[in-house]
Amino acid sequence: MSVTAPIVDESAVRAALAEITDPEIPTISILDLGIVHRAEVGSDGTIRIDLLPTFVGCPAIELIRSAVNDRLQSFGRPVEVSVSFEVPWTSDRISPEGRERLRRSGFAPPADIDAVHCPYCDSIRVAMDSIFGPTLCRSLFYCRDCRQPFEAFKPI
Amino acid sequence: MTTTRSALAASIDPATEAALDELMLSMADDEFVIGFSDSEWTGIAPILEEDIAMSSLAQDELGHARALYELLADLRGDGQTADAIAYDREPGDYRHARLLDHGRGDWAMTIARRYFYDTADGTRLEGLATSSFAPLRELVDKIRREERYHVMHATTWLERLARHPGEPRERLVAALEELAPDAATVFTPLDGEAQLVETGLIAEPMTALEARWRATITPLFVGLDLPMPPSGDLDRGRTTHGEPFRWLWGEFTSVRRSDPGAIW
Repeated sequence: MSVTAPIVDESAVRAALAEITDPEIPTISILDLGIVHRAEVGSDGTIRIDLLPTFVGCPAIELIRSAVNDRLQSFGRPVEVSVSFEVPWTSDRISPEGRERLRRSGFAPPADIDAVHCPYCDSIRVAMDSIFGPTLCRSLFYCRDCRQPFEAFKPI
Repeated sequence: MTTTRSALAASIDPATEAALDELMLSMADDEFVIGFSDSEWTGIAPILEEDIAMSSLAQDELGHARALYELLADLRGDGQTADAIAYDREPGDYRHARLLDHGRGDWAMTIARRYFYDTADGTRLEGLATSSFAPLRELVDKIRREERYHVMHATTWLERLARHPGEPRERLVAALEELAPDAATVFTPLDGEAQLVETGLIAEPMTALEARWRATITPLFVGLDLPMPPSGDLDRGRTTHGEPFRWLWGEFTSVRRSDPGAIW
């Protein structure tokens, strides 16, 4: 009996990519983070992915690249994963679902400095402690209401 | 001499390619050297937030350097990797600006250097925002969004030190005066500059960019009553590197030299 080959099209590839999470924030997928610039299946059957780093010096991009490559091997097709600067990644690329997931994990989604809300109590009475945080894409804040330190994504 | 040309260089004439090579190497070396210098503050900055800030700035700059060296490696297409360009040269072959050759110094020196460099780099990047060389233009678009935070950081500290009478201001002024002769060396004219301007790779010659940069920083320097750097001698502004750089070079190449050709 012959085995039916799985359908390999862009939506199948995107569904697979939705299972891959950011190594620094494992609650958000790389699709919701907006770093997948291109996901194509070429006429020769090759799966081609272009990723956009959040920051040029993001050390996680190589890890993400190999995770994408590993995950897509199951389609049994040649896979090419590239890092591209063709368009800049900006924090506007994070999906509404992604922003909600960030908030639920204790990260304020990207916003202008005077529009940052505490991810725990939603207060606007927050203060920036430091532009720079534990990763390139985050800043340090403090909530004056619930007295929690928290991290916010940098608008970029 | 290479006879085959890379796919990336195919659309560019050889004279322009040489000039573009010179421009990208100078940018990459600037980012690499300041990134390495700043990483020396990791763990020993005046306050914890600045440990994090200097480490992040260093990581950004080294990331920019890597992307530029990779683009350069693609342009050359001679099989040399980005790492080989970054690490396998003698100290005299680096092309970073002399502004970055003063050693780490104290915190005031670090802030003074960062302020001069970040503002100058910002003006240079602006001059590349509409570059006719698409891969560089795209990378610059991304880098500028990050450098905005660097300028904010340097400006905040410059103001903080300048407005605090006594030791903070005195140390800052001493640092600005030490750096003054080399402050504008980011704008050292390149050999192939006319070619770059003619082909739209860069918007303006370095002297025009330098004037733009001076106009950008003048209001803050006047407002804080700080000494503006004089129009210095930019001759050999990227080719004479002194003892502090030899020391830094020894540091950043030590792992690479300990086991040549090793792969992580």
